[in-house]
Amino acid sequence: MNVLGYRLTLTALIGWLIILVCVGSAVLAPWIAPHDPNAPLGQRWEAPSAEHWFGLDQIGRDMFSRMLYGGRISITLAFLATCLAFAVGVVAGFAAALLGRWVDVALSRIADVILSMPILMSALIVISAVGSSAAVLILTIGLLYAVIVFRVARAVAMNIVVLEYVEAARLRGEGLFWVILREILPNALPPLAAEFGLRFSFAFLFVASLSFLGLGVQPPDADWGSMVKESALAIPAGLAAPLYPAAAIALLTIGVNMVVDWLLSLHSRPHGDNA
Amino acid sequence: MLKLLVQRLALGMATLLAVSVLIFWVTELLPGDLASNILGQSATPENIAAIRAELGLDRPAVERYTEWLGDAVQGDLGKSLANKRPVIDVIGPRLVNTLFLAIYAAVIAVPLSVLLGILAAIYRNSVFDKGVNIVSLAAISMPEFFIGYFLILFMSVQLKWFPAIATIKPEQGFFQHLYVTFLPMLTLILVVIAHMMRMTRTSVLSVMSSPYVEMAVLKGIPKGRIVVHHALPNALAPIINVIAINLAYLIVGVVVVEAVFTFNGLGRLMVDAVAKRDIPVVQACGLIFAIVFIGLNLIADVLSILSNPRLRHPR
Repeated sequence: MNVLGYRLTLTALIGWLIILVCVGSAVLAPWIAPHDPNAPLGQRWEAPSAEHWFGLDQIGRDMFSRMLYGGRISITLAFLATCLAFAVGVVAGFAAALLGRWVDVALSRIADVILSMPILMSALIVISAVGSSAAVLILTIGLLYAVIVFRVARAVAMNIVVLEYVEAARLRGEGLFWVILREILPNALPPLAAEFGLRFSFAFLFVASLSFLGLGVQPPDADWGSMVKESALAIPAGLAAPLYPAAAIALLTIGVNMVVDWLLSLHSRPHGDNA
Repeated sequence: MLKLLVQRLALGMATLLAVSVLIFWVTELLPGDLASNILGQSATPENIAAIRAELGLDRPAVERYTEWLGDAVQGDLGKSLANKRPVIDVIGPRLVNTLFLAIYAAVIAVPLSVLLGILAAIYRNSVFDKGVNIVSLAAISMPEFFIGYFLILFMSVQLKWFPAIATIKPEQGFFQHLYVTFLPMLTLILVVIAHMMRMTRTSVLSVMSSPYVEMAVLKGIPKGRIVVHHALPNALAPIINVIAINLAYLIVGVVVVEAVFTFNGLGRLMVDAVAKRDIPVVQACGLIFAIVFIGLNLIADVLSILSNPRLRHPR
C-alpha cells in the first residue's frame, strides 16, 4: 500500500493504528470515559463486566476510565521528555560534529562519564536528591536521554559534514546555523526520526517503571505504571487487574517499535540485510 | 596488546572516579538540603544548623568528598540515616542476594541466547528465524512488571508451581534457593534473551557475508562447520560485548523485578532508600551499581581484545 509515496507495510500500518488509538483515547479521555476516574463506584476488585470493562480497582474505581486518564499522563510525560532530549541532544551533537576540536572532545567525554552509569540509577540518584514531580521526571529523563541523542546526532552529522555540498556551503562563507539548518538537518532527518520513535518508547517505559517503583507520578494522579503498582495486590487473589495497564504499556511500545522498524527500513539499502 | 589492556584499565578507573564525583555532587549539592530533608516538618534554623554540624555538612564539599571516597575504599560507607546502622551491614546481604539472582539468570540466558542466535543465523529466513524475530520484538517491548505479574498469575496463583514471593532464607539449601527464585530468574531471562539472540544472529550474519566465508562455501564445506569454525571466531568480539551489556542490564533490570517479587535485593533497597531520602544508602548503592556496570564493560572490552584473532597474533 502506498501513502504519500511511502510503501506502507502491514506491520507499519498496525503500528500506526495502535499509536492512533492510544493517543486518540488519551486526548479524548474526558469525552469518552464512561465513568468518573476518581469516584468509587462499587466493591473493590469487582470483576470485569459490561458496565466496567476492566473491572474496579482497589478502592472501587472504574479501571477503564482510569486507564484513559492515566494514558494522558504517561504519554505526555514521555513525549515532553523525548522532545527535550532531542532539542538538547541534536544541537549539542551537531555542534560537536561541526566545530570539532575541543568542543567535540569535551562534550564526548562528558557523555562517556554520564553513560557509564545505568540510566535508571542516575535517575534514582537525582530523585533521591530533589524528590519526584512531573517537572523533575521530564527534566531528568529528557537530559539523560539527551546524552544518548547527542551520540546519535553526532554520528549522523559526522557522516554528512564530510560531504562535498557541506564543504561547498562552508566555503561560500555561510554561517554555522545556516549550514546546520539547510545542509545537514534535511539529510539527518530520516535516521533522527527513527531515533525519536525509539527514544519515545524507551522514555515511555522509563516513566512507567519509575511510577511502578513509586518514584514517578505521585498520587492522587496515576499513570499506567502507578496503576500497576496500586493494583498489584489483586494478583495473589487471582485477578488480572494490574495486567490491563501493564498490557497497555506493552501495546503502545510494540506499536511504536513497529513504526520505528518501518522508518529504518525505508532508508536502508534496498537490497540490504534487514537483520 | 598489553599496552591496549593497560590503557583500557586506566580508562575504567578514571571513569569510576568521575562517576563517584557525579554521585556525590548530585546527592549532596542539588537544591534539597540534606539537613532539612531529614528534619522535614520539624525544621527550625537551630535544628538544621545542629544536624548540619553533626553530619559535617558545614565543611567544604571537596573535603567531604575526599573523606567519603577514602572511607568507601576502606569499606566504610557511612551510617544509614533511617536506622543508624552501618551502610555496609545493610547492603552486604542484599548484594549477595542480587548477585545470586543475576548470576542464576546469566548462567542460563547466555548459552541459550548464543545458541538460538547461531541457529537463527544458520537457518536464516526460515520459519524458526522469523518466529525468533517476532518474539524478540515483543519481548523488548514488554515492561518487566508485565512479564513478572503474568508469570505470577499463571504459574504461581493458578498452577501453584512456584511461590509468588521470592524470599531467600539462610536456612534454606542451595536448591531451595533456586526453586524460590525461579520466577524472577525466568522474568529476567525473558527480558534479556531477545536482545542477546538478535545481536548474535546479526554479528554471525555479517561475518558470513565476508569473502573468506564465501571461499569456504565454494570449497564445499558444510554450513554448520563454516558457522562454527570460520564465522564464529570473528563474530565473538561483538557477541561478548552484547553479553556484557546485557549482564549489566540484568543488574539494572533486577530493580523492577525485585519489586515485583518482593525479593530482598540491592535494587529494592536502593528504591526504598530513594523514597526515604536515605542519602548514604543511595550513594553506596549507586557506587556499587556503577562498579558492577563499569566493571562488566571493562571485562567485555578486555575479552574482545583477547578474543580478536588479529590482536592475539601481532606481527
